[in-house]
Amino acid sequence: MKLGRAAAIAVAAGAAALLLAAAAVAWLNRDDELDRAQVPASADAARDLVARGEYLVRAGSCLGCHTEAGKAPYAGGRAIETPFGIVHAPNLTPDRATGLGAWSSDDFWRALHNGRSRDGRLLYPAFPYPNYTRLARADADAMFAYLNSLAPVAKTNKRHALGFPFDQPAALAVWRALFFRPGRFESNATQTSQWNRGAYLVETLGHCNACHSRRNVFGATAGPLDLAGGLIPIQNWYAPSLKDNTEAGVGEWPEAEVVALLKTGVSTLGSTQGPMAEVVARSTQYLSDADLAAMASYLRSLAPAASRPAAVTTATTSAAPRDRGAEIYKTHCAACHGDDGAGVAGAYPRLAGNRAVMLSPPANLVHTVRQGGFLPVTAGNPRPFGMPPYATLLSDDDIAKVLTYVRSSWGQHGAPVSTLEVSRYRGTAAR
Amino acid sequence: MPGLLPLTAMPTAACAIRPRRVARAAAASLLVVALALVGRAAQAAPFENTTAQRMLACTGCHGREGRAASDGYYPRIAGKPAGYLFNQLRNFRDERRHYELMGGLLALLDDAYLREIADYFAALDLPYPAPPAPVEPPSVLAAGEALVRRGDPARAIPACNDCHGVAMTGRAPFIPGLLGLPRDYLNAQLGAWQNGKRKAIAPDCMAQIAARLTPADIGAVSAWLAAQPVPAHASAEAARAGALPIACGGDDLGTQPAAPAVTR
Repeated sequence: MKLGRAAAIAVAAGAAALLLAAAAVAWLNRDDELDRAQVPASADAARDLVARGEYLVRAGSCLGCHTEAGKAPYAGGRAIETPFGIVHAPNLTPDRATGLGAWSSDDFWRALHNGRSRDGRLLYPAFPYPNYTRLARADADAMFAYLNSLAPVAKTNKRHALGFPFDQPAALAVWRALFFRPGRFESNATQTSQWNRGAYLVETLGHCNACHSRRNVFGATAGPLDLAGGLIPIQNWYAPSLKDNTEAGVGEWPEAEVVALLKTGVSTLGSTQGPMAEVVARSTQYLSDADLAAMASYLRSLAPAASRPAAVTTATTSAAPRDRGAEIYKTHCAACHGDDGAGVAGAYPRLAGNRAVMLSPPANLVHTVRQGGFLPVTAGNPRPFGMPPYATLLSDDDIAKVLTYVRSSWGQHGAPVSTLEVSRYRGTAAR
Repeated sequence: MPGLLPLTAMPTAACAIRPRRVARAAAASLLVVALALVGRAAQAAPFENTTAQRMLACTGCHGREGRAASDGYYPRIAGKPAGYLFNQLRNFRDERRHYELMGGLLALLDDAYLREIADYFAALDLPYPAPPAPVEPPSVLAAGEALVRRGDPARAIPACNDCHGVAMTGRAPFIPGLLGLPRDYLNAQLGAWQNGKRKAIAPDCMAQIAARLTPADIGAVSAWLAAQPVPAHASAEAARAGALPIACGGDDLGTQPAAPAVTR
């Protein structure tokens, strides 16, 4: 009997603990209160609201995820691959049955601010509401007004395809209890209004940290202020640190160069590639010079010029693989990038003294050599130059050797790139 | 070789590949490519701010000036009608055609630039090397020629000539020529149309025609076409009015629904 009572007490205690935990998770998932919706007073004001909304939706890079290639913009359907499974971006057009047609601006604000859908479902954080939660209500209303002005497209949302237990609402609630709270953007009173505007664009709408920070095993970042760089899951591109002047920090760049990079995809000090080229093409090229200067002001403050860490020391490469690398470089690379690695300004990147060449991990170099690519088309660079793909011509071993050669030439002392690294970063891409 | 990947789209009967021959052909093509690239590196033409300079990103695979190696996989693009090339560039960018390297290269390019690229390659007029000798028996080649020239009315298969031109050099501005293309490439395209991997703007006439072909038909047509020489100055026939034997999409440039400049 004694044992029976002890067991009963244990069960009761366990049940109480579970209830408490569930209550805590529910408490930590509670919605923040609603701000009041802004209602435009006139037809002119309504038109302005839509125009401002279009600008903000572009600043928020919504198009990239919420549009399938070749299909109606913002009608959803693109599959976003994550380490936990596939999330399908939903239809944002104002179709009543399949899009946001039945939503109110309060519903839209709840999704952005609290990460909760109109029907009360919790949303997966592939939708960057950990950033959007800090949006101003007036901005969210403008974005909603713009989306509402689009032609409705009837397109049923695809179900997510997540593995167990990530497909369980309870798992998402626990994730949110651990890693998400609704928040507000707090201005820093010691900084200029320009700096604060830049911080707002980078931390909320731009959701730059979604790529430029490391994610933990649960896929969570350390928050919108963490911009210390990270490998993007699945895509395997390395989004370099914005706080480090040896990576992508712009503390040593003039403001105009930062603006040029975000506006046209290319500047005299560097160019965009991979996922960042997509960001420029779909989002930042449309921002005003004032907003780009504000972002530059904020980004430049993240990496003060004095913060350059000591250069990485290197392992010396033995002569034989370096010779093979030199041979490949001469055959395939030198015609455009030059025997001296100087490149051609505005067309072919300089490889000598280019910090993008020295990044660790060397993932981006592997993708660039294998896939080639054009700089993004922008109004400021409408006819970009490009590089052919070498995936069909060079083996992993050849790519390792030529990259090792580039990283150890013209006075550079980068770590060698191994064949194993090339195989790892190219992942399952076609050979 | 990633270039061979789309071959998985081929019906097996059309895939009469002989390993040793392929190995020899592959070695030969690698040698050709290597020599071509060495030649280019040695010349190292000075940088010019031209379309041709920009198109070096394409000619790495499609060959200098957009010619395919006769035994390679990649198709010739030089001299094809500009409208056809423009549609294919849009199809790769907008994921109606699927080849990872092409899709990636074009993902962030807009219609205006794709038009410039299409016009550039369409305007090239280059002599072609003689085609490789066919390996198929004469009966197969005869069956292929019959389908190309006369089609098969009983199965509602129009003759290739009806749309692609009497000389099979295409018809401006949207219908491509069929000569100067590797057999494996032709096989893979017809196979991809059959299984839905390659799509065109609706109505997708080639998908409908491909659905009526047997694997033996495809093998025969590809073999015969790949064995024909490309005539000198093989430009496409002039555009002409007159209904095609089957309705085709993609000929309505400018009336397409406005796609966002970039959609991937």
